Amino acid sequence: MDKSYDDCQLRMEHISKSFAGVKALDEVSLYVRRGEVHALMGENGAGKSTLMKILTGIIRPDDGSIFIRGKLAGNLTPGKALACGISMIHQELNPVMYMTVAENIFLGREPVYPRMPVVNKKKELESTRIFFQEMDMDIHPGTLMSRLSIAQIQMVEIIKAVSYNSGILIMDEPTSAITDREVNKLFDIIRKLRSGGVSIIYISHKMGEIFNIADTITVLRDGKHIDTRPAAALNSKELIRLMVGREISTVFPERQAVTGPVSLEVQAISRKGKFQNISFEAHAGEILGFAGLMGAGRTEIMESIFGINRYDSGKLIVQHKAVLIRSPADAVKSGMALITEDRKKAGLNLKGSVKTNTSLASLKDYCSFGQILNADKEKKSVDLEIKRLGIKTVGRNQLVNTLSGGNQQKVVLAKWFLTNPDILILDEPTRGIDVNAKTEIYQLVSQLAQQGKTILLISSEMPELLGLCDRIIVIYQGCVQAIFKKNEFNAERIMEAAMGIPSDIHNKGSLYAV
Amino acid sequence: MLSKYGIYFAFCLLVIAMAIISPAFLHPSNIVNILRQIAVNGIMAVGMTFVMIIGGIDLSVGSILALAAVVAASFAHPGEHRVIIPVLMALAVGLGVGFINGIIIARKRLAPFIVTLGMMTVARGMALVYTNGRPVINLSDGYNRIGGGYFIGLPIPVLAFLLIILGGIFFLHFTRFGRYVFAIGGNELAAKVSGVKTQGVVIRVYALSGMLAALAGVVLSSRVMSGSPSMGQGYELDVIAAVVIGGTTLSGGVGSIGGTIIGALIIGVMNNGLDLLNVSSYWQEIVKGVIIVLAVMLDRKTNR
Repeated sequence: MDKSYDDCQLRMEHISKSFAGVKALDEVSLYVRRGEVHALMGENGAGKSTLMKILTGIIRPDDGSIFIRGKLAGNLTPGKALACGISMIHQELNPVMYMTVAENIFLGREPVYPRMPVVNKKKELESTRIFFQEMDMDIHPGTLMSRLSIAQIQMVEIIKAVSYNSGILIMDEPTSAITDREVNKLFDIIRKLRSGGVSIIYISHKMGEIFNIADTITVLRDGKHIDTRPAAALNSKELIRLMVGREISTVFPERQAVTGPVSLEVQAISRKGKFQNISFEAHAGEILGFAGLMGAGRTEIMESIFGINRYDSGKLIVQHKAVLIRSPADAVKSGMALITEDRKKAGLNLKGSVKTNTSLASLKDYCSFGQILNADKEKKSVDLEIKRLGIKTVGRNQLVNTLSGGNQQKVVLAKWFLTNPDILILDEPTRGIDVNAKTEIYQLVSQLAQQGKTILLISSEMPELLGLCDRIIVIYQGCVQAIFKKNEFNAERIMEAAMGIPSDIHNKGSLYAV
Repeated sequence: MLSKYGIYFAFCLLVIAMAIISPAFLHPSNIVNILRQIAVNGIMAVGMTFVMIIGGIDLSVGSILALAAVVAASFAHPGEHRVIIPVLMALAVGLGVGFINGIIIARKRLAPFIVTLGMMTVARGMALVYTNGRPVINLSDGYNRIGGGYFIGLPIPVLAFLLIILGGIFFLHFTRFGRYVFAIGGNELAAKVSGVKTQGVVIRVYALSGMLAALAGVVLSSRVMSGSPSMGQGYELDVIAAVVIGGTTLSGGVGSIGGTIIGALIIGVMNNGLDLLNVSSYWQEIVKGVIIVLAVMLDRKTNR
């Protein structure tokens, strides 16, 4: 055993940590070799984040020791961890929005002129430019962060972490906001780093990625170390079994599509610089998927349909009636609901409780004279939703801030279920939540369709689209590129359309046909 | 929860300490005295609580108080109008000024600090223009009775304060409007996406704050039997202090009327106690400042 430690870049041994008496980590050990991609798997709450926070010095373990390149590292602080060559790309991005890309990358270690405490901006920009060049990315170093898309911000954060020349790089859900094409680029970067001897700890819920990139997989469950195996010795079924402690037979529920009458007609809506001439119709009981690359305009289309940003031209027809939607309040009135892409930004009041969040959109229903709250009625409805959706909470008064990601998402769903909408728009509803919660949400979505609701589902996860949708609309650069029926779509065709390759080329079987 | 009890606990300690140090403190007349002293700021603090829970601030309340006071006084000369007229005029002025604050903040999306800072100067200037810089005196007995009179054994200002407290608790904690106030302070975008008409709520909150400032102006001018354009200078800071001591955060989304009342009481009891102990008012300023910071520190600690 001792011998295999020699090439260990990192050894975390018997790490334990409790929060308020609850064991978050129980004697967990992790061995990461030089130049390997080590996937850390487990459901939300399994202890992955806690373990990584300990490694980056953000929290202190109750027990256990950490060896970096064979040397015992005492009490780690964030600064010390960085000095030891450990850096992390966090799942939640927090760049300084009003600084440039270069300023963000060099934050806290700005290059200065010799013997003068003045930032050498030229050098900062030039070094940043070289970083991007090395990684083959075209983001201008002088751009303000606030002007970048989420995907671009993600790439900047990755470059920033890489730029520390770290021996150990932690990536927490690095692909949650980026498109498949960018994922490939990221994997190229990871492979380059790996061959340079960098160890990468990779946290993700996406099976495909794990088996694509990981050399070794460690599974945690309920704060305990379950197993560490070479990735080649595992398959996804086995891995899921290790993570959840049982096998999940089918991730996607079987559903007989019963498509009813048209419930929503979108006629040639456009918004300058975002999308043009979008037309489609959706039926009651249908799950209509929206595929596309990040930044293709899917979110913007939905935001306009829902009245967050108004469209410049075009028409919306809901249940055969032309409607004018100028605000989300109008959209709610016409029976729509929007589960936003970013639940913390636009879905939840994190300072509020499960109850106040859940009842917010339907508050009028629990009021006498339209204003005075009927507390009992509200509690009853909220409790019913908590039970129906299986929200894991100590009670309706728990702050949503303290819930796991999956349960937070369920609160957002519960909020909209209480408005009893006919049309539900779901924008990346399973982003950053664990396998179990995902399965539950899939179940709910298909139940809703079964009940005759119309579901518009934006997703960047191909299996999700393929597994759930009756039809899929592909958006490319703000336009409808293709519409596929169930028997027509497959991953390749959708990807091609999303990348702007006309679908009929595929049908003709040759690229040279045009 | 803990932070809530923390501040109540601190208040109880303060009362016990005062009672031990000064026997006159617990005398009913002294307690009524304290309530009368905090009534003016307390009424404004109820409005400010709404404003700060939506994540805003209203720096114009002291000036609105003055403007409303001089307008009310100008309609309150003996033998001119019934008492209700100056009161309604004042409330209308406060409501209007607050409404303008709200419209600019909600529709033009300017920072509340800036908008109300501007309004603070504008309203003060309007009060000076309206009166030519001179106090309005010679008010009717009827009007003066608002500030000096008693009803069912309690000073009318204290009764007005109690009524506003009850109204504030009702609207903030028992109505849809109040729930939306918290939702906007917690996450305005999420509230909007949930179908809340956020602009309307924000406008109403600032209008309410303006109107309560005007009511405070009526109470104060009738108590001192004149309306002066220099009234209420710096009151906005005392009002904000009471709200902050009461556990409402500057960032919004959290707070309660109960906390604000305790905040106002802590300031009132402290001033009163230090008066009874013959501590100079210069020192009182220092103590007040220290308490504001301590209260927020306590809040932080217990909220973690």
